[in-house]
Amino acid sequence: MTTLVPTDAPAPLTPSLLYLDGVTVSFDGFRALNELSLQIAPGEMRAIIGPNGAGKTTMMDVITGKTRPDTGEVLFDRGVDLTRLDEAAIANLGIGRKFQKPTVFESHTVEDNILLALKGDRRARAVLMARTSAEEARRLDEILEIAGLTAQRERLAGLLSHGQKQWLEIGMLLAQDPKLLLVDEPVAGMTDAETEATAALLKRISAADHSVVVVEHDMAFVRALGVKVTCLHEGSVLAEGAIDTVSENPRVIEVYLGR
Amino acid sequence: MITRALLTDDRTGKWFLAIVLGLAVVVPLLHLVVPPSSPFHISTATLALLGKYLCFALLALSLDLVWGYCGILSLGHGAFFALGGYAMGMYLMRQIGTRGVYAHPVLPDFMVFLNWKELPWYWYGFENAWFAFLMVMAVPGLLAFVFGWFAFRSRVTGVYLSIITQALTYALMLAFFRNDMGFGGNNGLTDFKDILGFPVQANATRAALFAASAVALALGYLVARAIVASRLGKVLVSIRDAESRTRFLGYRVEHYKTFVFTVSAIMAGIAGALYVPQVGIINPSEFTPANSIEVVIWVAVGGRGTLAGAALGAVLVNFAKTTFTTGFLAPYWLFMLGALFVLVTIWLPKGILGTLYDFWARRRPAEKSAAKSETVPQPAE
Repeated sequence: MTTLVPTDAPAPLTPSLLYLDGVTVSFDGFRALNELSLQIAPGEMRAIIGPNGAGKTTMMDVITGKTRPDTGEVLFDRGVDLTRLDEAAIANLGIGRKFQKPTVFESHTVEDNILLALKGDRRARAVLMARTSAEEARRLDEILEIAGLTAQRERLAGLLSHGQKQWLEIGMLLAQDPKLLLVDEPVAGMTDAETEATAALLKRISAADHSVVVVEHDMAFVRALGVKVTCLHEGSVLAEGAIDTVSENPRVIEVYLGR
Repeated sequence: MITRALLTDDRTGKWFLAIVLGLAVVVPLLHLVVPPSSPFHISTATLALLGKYLCFALLALSLDLVWGYCGILSLGHGAFFALGGYAMGMYLMRQIGTRGVYAHPVLPDFMVFLNWKELPWYWYGFENAWFAFLMVMAVPGLLAFVFGWFAFRSRVTGVYLSIITQALTYALMLAFFRNDMGFGGNNGLTDFKDILGFPVQANATRAALFAASAVALALGYLVARAIVASRLGKVLVSIRDAESRTRFLGYRVEHYKTFVFTVSAIMAGIAGALYVPQVGIINPSEFTPANSIEVVIWVAVGGRGTLAGAALGAVLVNFAKTTFTTGFLAPYWLFMLGALFVLVTIWLPKGILGTLYDFWARRRPAEKSAAKSETVPQPAE
């Protein structure tokens, strides 16, 4: 199902899990991404910041196969060309995505949401015959515990609070056990306490050898993550480095942080 | 055994199967055994009518499987029903033999009338009951598979998909109206004599066809229930509610949709095949887009996403149709049907059964929390 496409490009110096080079995406002449290059190392957590329209969501769309780039390379896990695969194939390679607006299956229970996300054979025939195995039940309990949703497991996901839906979605990502998690604005609309809990949850996930890319506007949250930051502007990288370096960069202050 | 496992937490299903299988026994008995003088006797006309309702119920069930659970609003399910009906009609035509008006041993009357000399290739095999019954399922199933494969792979969804399903049934209607298609054109297929060697018009045959329709409805329910209760059924609901999320979880949405659409079309085909010998005719008007839209109304009235509700809706709306299209209200039936759809959409968006479920669910937690302590985890709503 997955096709390994050899590339002519010189191998990047550090072995990176995700490698974007010269990626350009135009919508009706508007360049949403402009020669974007980015590398994420295995196990790394990266925060992406930038003003509205900087291309953060488009970048996620390109990585997850929703949008095809006009030019550029998108390589994953030692050379798999993501631009040739569709969403389902990319998800099965080990890239999970959390949307900006919490998207859970509202008419399923919390438990079933996680169950459907659990890593496994996704082919229709296998799924038709699937019975919840002991291993799956154990993983299910574990993830509900991590996401703090054990008491809610029988409830319909549509009845959860906003913050709980966000955690459920992060729990679904964990269930997928991806090598790379893309998380779009996980703390939007959360209380301070929920924001802190979310930062702790993401750090815990990243410590368990998952690479995590977090797109976020909330600078306090980004600071709390304490990881390398990339600032995007008009579809390319404006600045990259530690949070203090980036937030003192005059260009970043001008276009994003404000004076 | 599997049935028992399936129905353990499906109370509606138990009732539904009990009623349908009860009807399969009681109605034929009331028709055949109880003398016509008794008030409990069921006349031939009523028997045929009830049999027709059951076929419509199976058709509604098949639509509910794709619409209620996977969000595929097919406005062309009548096409699969009609194709199943035509396959059965072709078998019944071949059983007429020399008893036709022109007494041709092989060719049906309409072909003799058109001056055809030999049977078209696609009529071969239909004299054989098993082949014909296989085609009843294979033709609608194959069409649905090919149609679904292209439509779902191209990610045609929502109203656009509904429109092309409508176009599909309309195109088939126009094609079947043409005499040189070889399906009897305008008049369709009729004047049936025998089915499996028994005279179609005989009371016992009619009773058996009724029972067969009831059994088919029960089996259709079990198949649909098995799909819906499986993990694949949960994926279908996920696709209905958040298609792209499902894709990002790694599910190939188009495969799931094609699968359920094909299963549904096969069920609709079987319903059509049982319908034709009971009404005695199949013609291109069965492909009319309005017919398919009516099926949607049945499901909406009964409650989409409830299976049993769809069957209930089919029976209720058709009962109303029978009642109101005879008598002085007849010219207004279509207005009433339209009004029904509007009113149900506004006041009973979940249909009859869906509303009942909500009502029960609201009562049950109240009883539970009264009986148990307050620390009980939230009940499922």
